[in-house]
Amino acid sequence: MALSRILIANRGEIAVRIQRAAKELGVHTIQVHSSADTESLAVKMADEAVNIGPPQASKSYLNIDALITAAKATNADAVHPGYGFLSENAAFADAVEAAGLVFVGPTGATIRTMGDKAAARAAAIRAGVPVAPGSESTLRDTAQAIGLAGEIGYPLMIKAAAGGGGRGIRIAQSREELEAAIDQAGTEAKAAFGDGGLYLEKFIPRARHIEVQILGDGVEAIHCFERECSLQRRRQKVWEEAPAFALTAAVREDLCASAVALARSVAYRGAGTLEYLYDEAAQQFYFIEMNTRIQVEHPVTEMITGIDLVREMIRIAGGAPLQYRQQDVRLRGHAIEVRINAEDPARNFRPSPGAVTALRVPGGFGTRFDTLLYAGYDISPFYDSLVGKLVVWDENREMALSRLRRALCELIVEGISTTQSLHQRLAAAPDVLSGDFHTRWLEQWLIEDSYRTPS
Amino acid sequence: MSKKILSPLPGTFYRRAAPDKPPFKADGDVVAVGDVIGLIEVMKSFIEVHADASGQIVKFEVENEEPVMAGQALVELV
Repeated sequence: MALSRILIANRGEIAVRIQRAAKELGVHTIQVHSSADTESLAVKMADEAVNIGPPQASKSYLNIDALITAAKATNADAVHPGYGFLSENAAFADAVEAAGLVFVGPTGATIRTMGDKAAARAAAIRAGVPVAPGSESTLRDTAQAIGLAGEIGYPLMIKAAAGGGGRGIRIAQSREELEAAIDQAGTEAKAAFGDGGLYLEKFIPRARHIEVQILGDGVEAIHCFERECSLQRRRQKVWEEAPAFALTAAVREDLCASAVALARSVAYRGAGTLEYLYDEAAQQFYFIEMNTRIQVEHPVTEMITGIDLVREMIRIAGGAPLQYRQQDVRLRGHAIEVRINAEDPARNFRPSPGAVTALRVPGGFGTRFDTLLYAGYDISPFYDSLVGKLVVWDENREMALSRLRRALCELIVEGISTTQSLHQRLAAAPDVLSGDFHTRWLEQWLIEDSYRTPS
Repeated sequence: MSKKILSPLPGTFYRRAAPDKPPFKADGDVVAVGDVIGLIEVMKSFIEVHADASGQIVKFEVENEEPVMAGQALVELV
């Protein structure tokens, strides 16, 4: 049964994005908001808005009871979680379904499986997807670690089982370094996470972060090609492209086929992304994790395939089967997205909330700006610093870069600091132009190059 | 004469580094210029608030985890 009233359990640019897709399908939009977001663009655009609590996310956008109550009170028949907040919270998906509503995404059970590192890795292995060589469970002692390290090979990472987001990771180049690191890492992990459990994983120097977009209807699954997201700062993506230009056609085919195999094996429903590390020298990819939701950088995939991913999510949630067969999904041209964050690159990316006094949005052919901004909007300090995504498409990467430089020049955001200036520098950096970068490149470049010479 | 330490940014004020850690400063503590007196959570980042004056803390004017505006007084010193 097609959906008719959708509650958007999110805020910011993705709430605006979801509303656009819903409205095009003739679906009534119900926008929840905190008391800090009464003047937000998403609230202004919505057919209906409901205040669900105070500014702190824990009391509003993360409050499952408040969201379910709002959904019932407004007669919603579905809930779209967006990204972040409760989008990968299995208990929320379960609560939505238990209330008799449709969760726009996979089942709670799928979220639970793919959200657990060990379970996701096991599912990948069963589906024949390559994973980075490593210990299958936490290490017993140093002797076992040394034995395993001999099989995995150096360099390798010593990771805290209870860590995450890049915390609790050490790198060992040799047996001596491994022995020293295990002692220190165990003590640190115990202190930081209350759990001294460690495991080993092969370390890939100069790895690229490449991810595959998939769509599933609970039976059939297809891929919509891949994205290159290696330009990161503190493990946050700042610039994304599609396709991943470093892949050969043969590797691309294998990579995307592996993602479809994993998605099918878990009967995936909705939009999802499989993240991989790519060892360019060895032309080898390794599955790291799956995100069971729409991602920030989904527009670059939409630009190269012509498929509206958010609209497909809503159609599928309404019970429709996939309307595309794999052979219908064609890759055309090249797309780049840059994240415009309310941060000051010259002051170590210090957040810069506040009132936007003037705004000029870039336009023209192949140019898209997904944003929560309007002139006069006061950016709240309570939420993420992402305020816009500038996305360009062109026939090839070189032309897309040229279009990006042109569009960046058009963008004007006055009253706050943004990462626009960072992207202007990146869009002219030789390594970026040649595509010669990896997941640690940006942080190094920020130290060495970016602000050494005044612009 | 009393002095105030003001919040450099809008956001949420925290008096401790983590829920299980002691507060950075308590009422009656002596602070020196540069001491950390709390954290401001702004856009999911945590920014340390450093004392820009020295003295003894009379009281905190903002509770732990309370929203603050930029320029709002956090601490009163003598």
